Amino acid sequence: MDINWTLLLPHLIVAGTALLVLCLDIVRPHSDGKAAAWLTLLGVAACLIATVKLWGAWEYGFSGMLVLDNYSLFATAIFLIGTGLTVFMSTGYLAREGGGRNEYYLLLLTATLGMMLMASGTDLIVIFLGLELMSLSLYILVGFFRDRPVSNEASMKYLLLGAFATGFLLYGIALIYGTIGSTNLREIGLALKQGRVQGDLMLLGGASLLLVGFAFKIAAVPFHMWAPDVYDGAPTSVTAFISAGPKAAAFIALIRILMLSLKPLEHEWASVIWILAAVTMTVGNLSALSQQSIKRMLAYSSVAHAGYVLVALAAGTDRAITAALFYLLAYTFMNIGAFAVIILVGKKGEENQDISSYAGLGFERPAMGLALALFMISLAGLPPTAGFFGKFTIFSAAVEQGMISLAIIGVLNSLVSVYFYLSVVVSMYMRPSTGSSPAALSPMGYVTVGIASVATLVIGLAPSRFLALARETVASLM
Amino acid sequence: MPGTLTTIIFLPFAGAVLLLLVGRGRDGFSRLLALVVSAATFLISLSLYMGFDASTSAMQFVEEAPWVESMGISYSLGVDGISLLLVLMTTLLTTLAILASWNINSRVAEYMAAMLALETGMLGVFCSLDLFLFYVFWEAMLIPMYLLIGIWGGERRIYATVKFVLYTLAGSLLMLVAIIYLYFHHGAATGTYTFDLIALYAFTVERGAQYWLFLAFFLSFAIKVPLFPFHTWLPDAHVEAPTAGSVILAGVLLKMGTYGLIRFCLPLFPLAAAYFTPYILVLSVVGIVYGALVAMVQPDIKKLVAYSSVSHLGFIVAGIFALNAQGLQGSILQMVNHGLSTGALFLIVGMLYDRRHTRQIGDFGGLAKTVPVFSVFFMIATLSSIGLPGLNGFVGEFLILLGLFKAFPVFGVIAASGVVLAAVYMLWMFQRVVWGEPTLQENKDLKDLSGREWAVLVPVVVLMFWIGLYPKPFLGTSKASVRHLISHVRSQQMQDDDKAVASDRPKSEYRLKNSEGGSLVSTQQIDSRDR
Repeated sequence: MDINWTLLLPHLIVAGTALLVLCLDIVRPHSDGKAAAWLTLLGVAACLIATVKLWGAWEYGFSGMLVLDNYSLFATAIFLIGTGLTVFMSTGYLAREGGGRNEYYLLLLTATLGMMLMASGTDLIVIFLGLELMSLSLYILVGFFRDRPVSNEASMKYLLLGAFATGFLLYGIALIYGTIGSTNLREIGLALKQGRVQGDLMLLGGASLLLVGFAFKIAAVPFHMWAPDVYDGAPTSVTAFISAGPKAAAFIALIRILMLSLKPLEHEWASVIWILAAVTMTVGNLSALSQQSIKRMLAYSSVAHAGYVLVALAAGTDRAITAALFYLLAYTFMNIGAFAVIILVGKKGEENQDISSYAGLGFERPAMGLALALFMISLAGLPPTAGFFGKFTIFSAAVEQGMISLAIIGVLNSLVSVYFYLSVVVSMYMRPSTGSSPAALSPMGYVTVGIASVATLVIGLAPSRFLALARETVASLM
Repeated sequence: MPGTLTTIIFLPFAGAVLLLLVGRGRDGFSRLLALVVSAATFLISLSLYMGFDASTSAMQFVEEAPWVESMGISYSLGVDGISLLLVLMTTLLTTLAILASWNINSRVAEYMAAMLALETGMLGVFCSLDLFLFYVFWEAMLIPMYLLIGIWGGERRIYATVKFVLYTLAGSLLMLVAIIYLYFHHGAATGTYTFDLIALYAFTVERGAQYWLFLAFFLSFAIKVPLFPFHTWLPDAHVEAPTAGSVILAGVLLKMGTYGLIRFCLPLFPLAAAYFTPYILVLSVVGIVYGALVAMVQPDIKKLVAYSSVSHLGFIVAGIFALNAQGLQGSILQMVNHGLSTGALFLIVGMLYDRRHTRQIGDFGGLAKTVPVFSVFFMIATLSSIGLPGLNGFVGEFLILLGLFKAFPVFGVIAASGVVLAAVYMLWMFQRVVWGEPTLQENKDLKDLSGREWAVLVPVVVLMFWIGLYPKPFLGTSKASVRHLISHVRSQQMQDDDKAVASDRPKSEYRLKNSEGGSLVSTQQIDSRDR
């Protein structure tokens, strides 16, 4: 069998880096992971360059199980950015918390590889494999602080609920395979288009279970229960990582499945996703309102943001998919940026998790305050930030499809969200300082904050280029 | 070389960035830099007035550049007779507000940066000719105002500022949906997807959709104005805001609401505007009377002035929806007048507060004896707010009432009562604060105006007399634009009535009412008079 090396290039780079990190661990088993971090960054950068160079390519192979197209490349870029930003902020953080190890970076890389498989898989089995590779790595990462009970608890919860989700997903795949006789996305789509299996209950059941499995992964209501605990308990750098890449990966795979295979059933799933979107936004935002801890608040906020992306999925047009991808990109920057600030202003043991503990921060550490304010404003969807333009494109897509009530539910949710995002700003700028000066941290973390804030502003002010890139991906879904 | 509008919009922003970079810890330098930047902005904006051609209704100083081409979003700016005076007022009031903020002592650089960023947002709102761009400025402007009230405000500042932001956003987010809907609606009908305001003007949305779109836009602007019953954020925000914040809030921010009504609600949705006119007028006159009555019983001077704004803005909205030349031109002038007189009153209240750290009417009395110069300025501002002939308020209110009487006599009568009530609450307050014998020792020891305070108040008072005695330079600029706006709205309404006749649908009530008076006639009258 001929192996299409171009197709595999991004995966090979990441996998190769992971293996190198593994070897490094053999050579220097008790290191603090700094060398591994640099190696990881190198691999991520190399892969990112490859992604950019490959833009526009269209390769497939392994009997149509894997594809390399603009869609998977765009997604890969999002994952790599997420991973890269996470690595930058991790070294100092892990050193402070006393948990720096080579495995950490290895697991980041394998999780990334899993996500990339999810993005480029055109077969349910490959997507499933990718999802499992990603999830297993994440379970360990969440519990990475072995000596902390909250971290262990979070890991356990994530594992249990994740296993359920996997079960649903696998059962859904089985039912679909049972009806159609294939796990290939294109073939499923073809079979449905030609009407070979119309309105089959087993098929609908399979599709529903598939949706449930993904809903777990993106933390859509009512499958979001794990999110606050996992976000809260995990090491903050891991929380940042989970909130961006893996969530995006689940969306990317879901979108490909919906567009490529289940498009003929759109009538059935569009209304389900409509409701899912409305409920997810509303519950996420309302729950976030009453949170004291900033990590829990951001956990619920990430639930709510999944709801916004679901709005785009419900609309289901080219414009909507473009909007969803654009939003995932914007969200990666602003959310990881926010977590990076949390890490940088925090102290060992992370006492600084309460929003009220940010009092006076805006004037004590002006740059950090300004950056966090920017991320909050962007998450709240106020101009001139990436978050605003992202929401604007999503709601535009919904309105275009006549889903005006969904758009109105969306903007009202934005209104609610402004309250709790701004409460961070209130705390930072409008309440007197509590007089604790945080410890200095390695400057690497500032790279994350810097990149993320610049990107948040640039994407917000000059969205054309990014929007165009996102649009170029849609062709490969048709 | 960037155009004049880009320069005046982004010069303050550049100043704000500079302040944040180098101003920290250098208070004197920060104040001076902010003053220089805002004064320079004002001077440059004067060139708009010099170069303005009052004979045309077209947009002037137009700048256009693609922004997000794929979605038809452009960076397009321009001013016409409707926005010109507002731009000038914004640059002037910002300069004065910065001068009035000399006694801010905490975090000066940040404060001044917020003021300048606010100026950028406000000017952007008045100059945008692209709906998307407008919306970006409209919301972005909230952030500096939010910080100004929240950081440098009074005791309940956090409550007030959050309320202010949430109220405003509640309206504007629904407007965003309406903007998007309008965009797709226009795109589907004409094939060009654009947010360009001028292109959208030329497009008529069908009646049913107009109602909803109008309501979404209207709600956003009504909250901003604020029209009764959406006004409850205003007293809180005003009372808690620092003096300069109140000046800008009353002087400029509220005008963004009335400006929006003229710029967007009327020309984009003329049929809906006609349909909702009676309801809006009811809200306006209720606001006029209610605001006045509530103002009357306030023990706090600042709150009194805040409620007087509710009343005065009711006039402006009523004048806009009278939809004739007098009403609209009066409203546009009155926006400036209100900015000057209420701005001056807030400045004066701020000066009192600086001296005595109280704003309660009961704590004062006999100021005329101890601080005569201050009292004179206070009196002029008070009389200007009441609308005494010879001062600016009179011209605007008179024109509005004239327009209102012509179109809707009943509403005109009720609205006119607001003038009387204004005299009651303002003069009563003035009497208690300024006349009589100074009873408290603190009031006897007051210092009169400092040189800086003179500099803040004199330009305002000069303008008050100027507009009051010779309003032509201020009215002349808006004439062509207003006439064009009215004929645009009327012709759309008339086309719809023709359709109504053809389909046996009853004509809209509003048109019938106006068919005798004929506002087109009144526009012509103005023309002939001017000739």
